[in-house]
Amino acid sequence: MSKIKTLQLMAIMLTILLMWLAQNHLDDYSLRILTTIAIFIILATSYNLINGITGQLSLEPNGFVAVGAYVTALLLISSDAKLDMYQLAEPSPWLLLLNTTLVPALFFSGVVSAILAFILAFPVFRVRGDYLAIVTLGFGFIIRVFAVNTPAVTNGAIGLNDIPSSVNLYWAGAFAMATVLIMLNIIYSKYGRGMKAVRDDEDAASAMGVNTFKIKTYAFMTSAFFEGVGGGLLAVFLTTISPDIFTFFLTFQLIIIIVLGGLGSMTGTIIGAFLVIGGGEWLRVLDEEVNFLGLHIDAHPGMRMVVFSVILIVVMIFAREGIMGKRELTDLFRRVKK
Amino acid sequence: MDLVTFLQQIINSFSLGSMYALIAIGYTMVYGVLRLINFAHGDIMMVGVYFAFFAMSVFALPFGFAVIVAVGGAVVVGILIDKIAYKPLRKAPRISLLITAIGMSFFLENIVNVLYGSTPIAFSVPDFFSQTYDFSGVIVTPTVIIVPIVTLILMMGILYILYRTKYGMAIRALAFDVETVKLMGIDANKIIMLVFAVGSGLAAVGGVFWGINYPTIEPLMGVLIGLKAFAAAVLGGIGSVVGALLGGLILGFTEVLFVAFMPEYGGYKDAIAFIFLILVLLFRPAGIMGINFEKARF
Repeated sequence: MSKIKTLQLMAIMLTILLMWLAQNHLDDYSLRILTTIAIFIILATSYNLINGITGQLSLEPNGFVAVGAYVTALLLISSDAKLDMYQLAEPSPWLLLLNTTLVPALFFSGVVSAILAFILAFPVFRVRGDYLAIVTLGFGFIIRVFAVNTPAVTNGAIGLNDIPSSVNLYWAGAFAMATVLIMLNIIYSKYGRGMKAVRDDEDAASAMGVNTFKIKTYAFMTSAFFEGVGGGLLAVFLTTISPDIFTFFLTFQLIIIIVLGGLGSMTGTIIGAFLVIGGGEWLRVLDEEVNFLGLHIDAHPGMRMVVFSVILIVVMIFAREGIMGKRELTDLFRRVKK
Repeated sequence: MDLVTFLQQIINSFSLGSMYALIAIGYTMVYGVLRLINFAHGDIMMVGVYFAFFAMSVFALPFGFAVIVAVGGAVVVGILIDKIAYKPLRKAPRISLLITAIGMSFFLENIVNVLYGSTPIAFSVPDFFSQTYDFSGVIVTPTVIIVPIVTLILMMGILYILYRTKYGMAIRALAFDVETVKLMGIDANKIIMLVFAVGSGLAAVGGVFWGINYPTIEPLMGVLIGLKAFAAAVLGGIGSVVGALLGGLILGFTEVLFVAFMPEYGGYKDAIAFIFLILVLLFRPAGIMGINFEKARF
């Protein structure tokens, strides 16, 4: 067994141990935050695959997370509950036939997201990748428009509630670990090298025989698949979803996570997820009113977002590499070959 | 649908299309010189409208002055954004620039949100704009006449600058090849600043028109309008100012007529711009005007 494999195994054991400790010793609030972090690790690492590794700016997460969340929710809610819940329109008859358990539901969420990703990527990657950002940004809006305007499927603006909840820290943590391992395997595979080549110099990569269209589409679809799965987990974790949850702020949080951690580093992304989600909880103070030593500051909802965006801009200008740059944790242990 | 309603819709779509066009010009010019999708552009428009609102509500300035404040404010904000956020990243990978643009966009939205709150506020306009004229059934408001005319005049001005002045020549040269332009002794940063100033000013005008037509303003108003205006710019052929006008008008017409003919699907009107964007990328990436920057470079 190589050193890297040993290290990965140790990391897995350590994570399981930490999860067990957390489950037994932390209060509910901290556990919820940890579960959120685990879900965000899934979302952010897969997001990093297209942004950091392949170098194509995409703003898709909120769209695909929404798709994944709705698909999972519709597959899990029983037909009786659906009949009760839909108020704006009768649920479509085919909806009532759908019912399955958690794991197949998550898988379907991923597949639906990946198919949508292919439909989006095809027109964009035929030209250069620049338009991906704007097309995916638009996609987030369109999904919202559809979610609001098709009450027979999505229950419109009310959204879906009473999603059977079975996700705890172990579930989310297991999915997060699996995602990270799969991502690492992709990065060090033939495809991963192709993606990095596309990022560093698309024309040179193309000249060396890399099918850049195929590589970019592959990266985008993989990323979408895991965002769909993450979205499904988020739906089950929250138990209530509505179109308003999946705004651009979700994507923005993920951007900060991967930029802080380092574009192109999965280890960095994990660190970033802890910093941003944990820090975000801590920064909640900014949005509330402050009474400190007789000093009174009114509540400023949105102040937290201002701080977030300033952090993003400052990191981008002064420390573009983020915390880990393009390195992985394993790279630090790797001997330099001459 | 009878003729009167149809004419009414056509007139309405002219002013909507003109507003898209005014905002699209900024996108297309910035993309032309920097190859950057300026995500903050829609928000610069929004900030411009809030400047006008601020001028009217706090200093009680008359509407005309408020428009000047809006344009001036937007120009300053546009230039500052370029100086602070984009200029240090000229040599950086493109993705860094795009992420910074998104950060800027989010910053502007939320700083306005903190200052004014996220609920839409009424944009009060002089009574002049609310009067209506009835031409045998077709209702005409001053805005539907003023907006296209002002757009056309501004358009002429832009085209004059681009094709008849030294600065315009520099802008066009910059779109063609940055390095050579620098070798010719032109201060590229100054020209880029000019582009941001012009684009932001036009966006503010478009935004004020928007505020008059749909008399509420909110911090997130720039996002969707900006997205649509960008789609319009791509439709017309990104990099082309005339294309931006054409794209804006086509988008305006399609949206208005879509809602007029199929009111039951009115909720989907925001999706039209997006479908246009996908179709253009699929079948004619260079847009109507056919300037293909991506190919021209190689």
